[in-house]
Amino acid sequence: MLELLGDNSWMAGKVLLATWETIYMVLISTVLSYLAGLPLGIILVTTNENHILENKGLNQVLGSIVNAARSIPFIIFLILLIPFTRFLIGTSIGTVASIVPLTLAAIPFVARIVETSLKEIEQGLIEAAVSMGANARQIIGKVLLPEAMPSLLLGVAITAINLVGYSAMAGIVGGGGLGTLAYYYGYQRYEDTVMWITVIVLIILVQGMQMLGDNLAGKIVNKRR
Amino acid sequence: MIEIKNLSKVYFASGQEVLALDDVSLTVQKGEIFGIIGLSGAGKSTLIRCINMLEKPTRGSIAVDGQEITLLSQHELRLARQKIGMIFQQFNLLSSRTVFDNVLFPLEIAGVPKQEAAKQVQELLELVGLTDKAEMHPAQLSGGQKQRVGIARALANGPKLLLSDEATSALDPQTTRSILELLKDINRRFHLTILLITHDMNVIKKVCDRVAVIDNARIVEAGEVLEVFSNPNTPTSHSFVNAVISREIPGELLHNSVEPSGNSVSKLIRVSFIGPSAGKPLISSMIRRYDLDVNIIYGNIDRIKDTPFGNLTLEILGHPDLLQKALAYLRSQGLEIEVLRNA
Repeated sequence: MLELLGDNSWMAGKVLLATWETIYMVLISTVLSYLAGLPLGIILVTTNENHILENKGLNQVLGSIVNAARSIPFIIFLILLIPFTRFLIGTSIGTVASIVPLTLAAIPFVARIVETSLKEIEQGLIEAAVSMGANARQIIGKVLLPEAMPSLLLGVAITAINLVGYSAMAGIVGGGGLGTLAYYYGYQRYEDTVMWITVIVLIILVQGMQMLGDNLAGKIVNKRR
Repeated sequence: MIEIKNLSKVYFASGQEVLALDDVSLTVQKGEIFGIIGLSGAGKSTLIRCINMLEKPTRGSIAVDGQEITLLSQHELRLARQKIGMIFQQFNLLSSRTVFDNVLFPLEIAGVPKQEAAKQVQELLELVGLTDKAEMHPAQLSGGQKQRVGIARALANGPKLLLSDEATSALDPQTTRSILELLKDINRRFHLTILLITHDMNVIKKVCDRVAVIDNARIVEAGEVLEVFSNPNTPTSHSFVNAVISREIPGELLHNSVEPSGNSVSKLIRVSFIGPSAGKPLISSMIRRYDLDVNIIYGNIDRIKDTPFGNLTLEILGHPDLLQKALAYLRSQGLEIEVLRNA
């Protein structure tokens, strides 16, 4: 990559910093979105009909909210949230400020992806636990989550990859990271090299995340085989 | 141990009312193995699932060991369920856990201290013969081994009742036999009451003390297994019994008789014997006493749980008076005689 830079070696520092900012934003917002999205996903599954915490009303209300939030395009979500981000962080520009819309946009996504993973678990397993006298907390902690672990980990990878894309969009409105770099230097200053380097770094990042997810999930599946 | 009274269960499926159980009453004694047999859709699965409230009954009462199950609070119900073991057709083992940890699972739920629980798991694995498989995952086991894990898991909290929901239906005949032997052994050793449902009369024949036949949401017949086998009262029970014990005589045999000569007559009879009489040479002593000719048309002997049970179809020829006396003699020896044809 250094040859690509040629006499533009000043870029190396900028690319490295931007890469770090992107990783940082994605990492933090993945963690934060799971803190809220995982419980939401669990509630979405368990309040279903014939599930352990059946509650039709709650299920429908939550489902509609999640759907509504997911139907707003991220770029609009980003702009809509600017006042809220300012209120929360004091500014709407920079890496830390970007974490707010990234996290909020990812929460409903995570909720659905967790729901999908947990839905794959056979009813019989849950029933067996119920027949042993397990309560809802035990069934969630000892049956649903461990049984769905490989699928849940793949979900984390998908979420993080999605957030890489979102973070680039946030970059355009001053969010920092690779998105900002590509926009300011690549687009506004016609530095094609910067554009291409950004693309390559993003590809490597996404590949790495997917491989990590596949690897972890595969390890667990193999152990159970 | 179980006292079911006027139990009904109504489902709503796509706007339609479906009656899954219709006024079912049933008593299961302490320490017995009770079987419920029925075709798929007859309601047997719903019935067994009502006993630990996996299905909520619409009407009626279920008492387990004197405790009315249908009236318990959520918390009380969870405690009651810990004392009712259940095994399943699809085993329902956790793939995320080893064999050891699967058996440990119900003990975790009940909050048994770790060391004590671990010791118990060892004992249970020994009981079902899987000590060497403790660290394996369920996916590495055969069907029979999986069901053994299921049984060990069901026994972990020292239940007073074991519910078996088609536990051998996914297994081959040989494995089925070994699992049934294990259930019989557990029943004897711990005096554990077992309620099982099945569509296979062989299961009833091999392990059950009493049986109930369920058909179209109703119990149509119930009683000692030997009784139901020797004298099925309803068409449903009849067809179940015939599935494992041939009682029907091939049609051509009914007509293929030896021509009676002189003043002798012939009768076609079916002799049913149960228990000790099966071991006695009653037919040969009948022949000697009454000077008869006997033609054995068809015969069959079987065991129901541990009792020999069978029937013989005989054509007997001789003087009419002597024939009558011979039949009376057999009856006096405790055999059941049915005259199929007089000639």
